[in-house]
Amino acid sequence: MTSGAEAVLFWCLAPLMVLAALGLIFARKAVHATICMVFVMISLAVMYIANQAPFLGIVQIVVYTGAVMMLFLFVIMLVGVDAGDSLVDTLKGQRWIGWLLGIGLGVVVFSFLGRVSLAGGKGHAETVANNPAEIARVLLGNFVFPLELVGVLLVTAAIAALTMTHRRNLTKRIGQKELADTRVASGARLTPLPSPGVFAQRNAMDVPALDPHGQPVEASVSRVLRARGQERDAIYDPDIELLDEAGRPAPSTWDRSVGSGASAPANGESESTAVTEDSGNAESTSNEKED
Amino acid sequence: MDYANYVYLAVILFTIGAATVLLRRNAIIVFMGIELMLNSANLAFVAFSRINGDLTGQVVAFFVMTVAAAEVVVGLAIIVSIYRSRRSVSVDDINLLKN
Repeated sequence: MTSGAEAVLFWCLAPLMVLAALGLIFARKAVHATICMVFVMISLAVMYIANQAPFLGIVQIVVYTGAVMMLFLFVIMLVGVDAGDSLVDTLKGQRWIGWLLGIGLGVVVFSFLGRVSLAGGKGHAETVANNPAEIARVLLGNFVFPLELVGVLLVTAAIAALTMTHRRNLTKRIGQKELADTRVASGARLTPLPSPGVFAQRNAMDVPALDPHGQPVEASVSRVLRARGQERDAIYDPDIELLDEAGRPAPSTWDRSVGSGASAPANGESESTAVTEDSGNAESTSNEKED
Repeated sequence: MDYANYVYLAVILFTIGAATVLLRRNAIIVFMGIELMLNSANLAFVAFSRINGDLTGQVVAFFVMTVAAAEVVVGLAIIVSIYRSRRSVSVDDINLLKN
């Protein structure tokens, strides 16, 4: 017979354990089932300790809750959290047959337990104080050969897991040297791309850099900005043209309409007028020329 | 309270684990059902060990834990490799030998 405190512990914990175990059947998502399982495992560790097996209780927490269930969570993360159950029955009535077999198994085992007398019991009150040492006495006294077999089994399992999840490359591995060789062979640019705007009149991502001849370097603007049409012209931007009032003619051999305002004059005919006029009057000057 | 209550609890957990194996399609949850059955057997071992006053039951439960850990490693590796080739962990989709 057990103490009253242990009875309280049992009757508090056992229904919760059964509920959590039922969560394994009824939970929709695999993650919820795993959390239910973790609860069952921890409760089982408490049950072991209450059953005068403190060593097994600690091992249960370390091995099952700490290692095995975390492994389950990792695999669920690998295969996708939302991989739910299919609701289509491939076998007709498989669900009902499953329920029938499950409940039938419970009935059979319970009826068998009813025929066995389990009353009383000795307990190990005298060995529980140094339970690990006593277990080691039995384990290394009577079970040495099974212990070695288990060691072989663990090594085999580790190698099996390694070979099972090993993936062989279908093609030759492409390393740094191969990448560099293909780049040189294709004649592409070997150096990093120039940074935008730093050597132009303003320091911005969307303004191209200028080369020593004063020409904008197109590759210096980010490819994304160029594709979106969000880059700005280095020369015809109105903010920049304020800096041009020293009288230096804007180099107009480069003409791009993207991003520049309507004030940008046309390429060839602007050379004579745009030098002296303000940028805001560019339209009027073109009108004058038409007159 | 009787020691036998632990055995009854172990039997209930074992039944739930078996029903999980029979009812669920997700291979990972089926696997957890197997784990639940192994754990309930462990609980029965520990309870019987206490009833008989013999530590051998606890040692056998220890062996069961070790074997279960090895089984989990191999089983999850199989599930991962099946998922790689079939993109599914449902046990209904693993029917390569059918017909």
